[in-house]
Amino acid sequence: MTKPNFTEVNYRIRRFDPERDKAPHWETYRVPFAAGMTVLEGLWKVKELHSPTLAWRSSCRMGVCGSCGMLINGKPRLACNTQIAELESDTVVVAPLPNFDIVRDLVPELKPMFANHQELKPYVIRDDVQEREHPTNEFYQSAHELEQYLQFTYCIKCGCCMAACPTFATDPLYSGPMPLGQAQRYNSDTRDGGFKERKLVLVSEAGPWRCHYAGECSRVCPKGVDPAKAIQLMKRELVFDYLRLRKTKCPAKVAEKPTEVKRREGIPDAPPRTV
Amino acid sequence: MMRDQKLWTWHLAAGIVILVFLGMHMTIMHLNAVIALKGLNPAGGHPIDWANVVSRARSGFFMVTYVILLGAALFHGLYGLRNILFELDPARWLKRTISAVLLVGGLALFVVGTWAAVVARSL
Repeated sequence: MTKPNFTEVNYRIRRFDPERDKAPHWETYRVPFAAGMTVLEGLWKVKELHSPTLAWRSSCRMGVCGSCGMLINGKPRLACNTQIAELESDTVVVAPLPNFDIVRDLVPELKPMFANHQELKPYVIRDDVQEREHPTNEFYQSAHELEQYLQFTYCIKCGCCMAACPTFATDPLYSGPMPLGQAQRYNSDTRDGGFKERKLVLVSEAGPWRCHYAGECSRVCPKGVDPAKAIQLMKRELVFDYLRLRKTKCPAKVAEKPTEVKRREGIPDAPPRTV
Repeated sequence: MMRDQKLWTWHLAAGIVILVFLGMHMTIMHLNAVIALKGLNPAGGHPIDWANVVSRARSGFFMVTYVILLGAALFHGLYGLRNILFELDPARWLKRTISAVLLVGGLALFVVGTWAAVVARSL
């Protein structure tokens, strides 16, 4: 990243107000630039200095909540996690995430993504509901088993992968990289027993079959998750399942409490529950 | 329900069959100068010389491999084409039509190709 030699930066923003505009249009604003400034900070400057009606989603400002996904200089990214200096241009082109309808300005309609996500039951499913809801102890899982799905848990559902996916762009039946990646995250969790329930959706056209492994989802992910890998692993699981070669394991059991272990001295008791 | 899971698994299997049999085809057709394949090209010379072609066509082994390769290539290619066409988001009725046309067309080509391979044994 080279040090920028400009003091102001142009923001070219795609604007759309469904109550006023028939189609989206571009507007350009000029805002002061400071070292370390993020694209999100620039948007706040635009709102403050030029256009108070500019709309976008943002919350945490630290790349955790996944609200501020948008198309920045042609690539889906988090506005809070992208420094203007790394764009190596004094013009920042900002548009809402592609492949989604626009609610207003830079706000995409993410309902279809979350509907697909919900459809694939992204949570631990077990027969022992009582233990799941009111656990008596931890479910046993080795470090190796954890590593099989750990990276997929870092997904923040920002929608950048969905915006980059060429298949999701054309095929409305395809669930998309985020929901499929999260389905694989739970399918590969040894504490989970919900493969059969998720399979009802995965074996259909909504499943991973339309993925060409373009890999764009993994390239743009701001958290370094590899949804393309999750989808390939899922395909393998489903092929093994069809050939009846998939190893079916009972969900991990509740780990027994250690009986012959003494508590080390000086460790205080846990504070009492507040709720 | 499990249509795509099943079709994609067969698509993979067909790809493996193509890899093996097309590899064999390429070896016979193009590596005759490198590998001694006298049994497969009894007349000597080039593998596509008429005498060699007839010799292979009369062989039951080659007839079977031709039919397997034909079936695998047709399924692999037409299923791939169906996937590409489905990504253009056709209406449901058009999807059914595409599937039916590809199925009937594929079966027709398979029947014609199989007939040709069987008849060629009597050359």
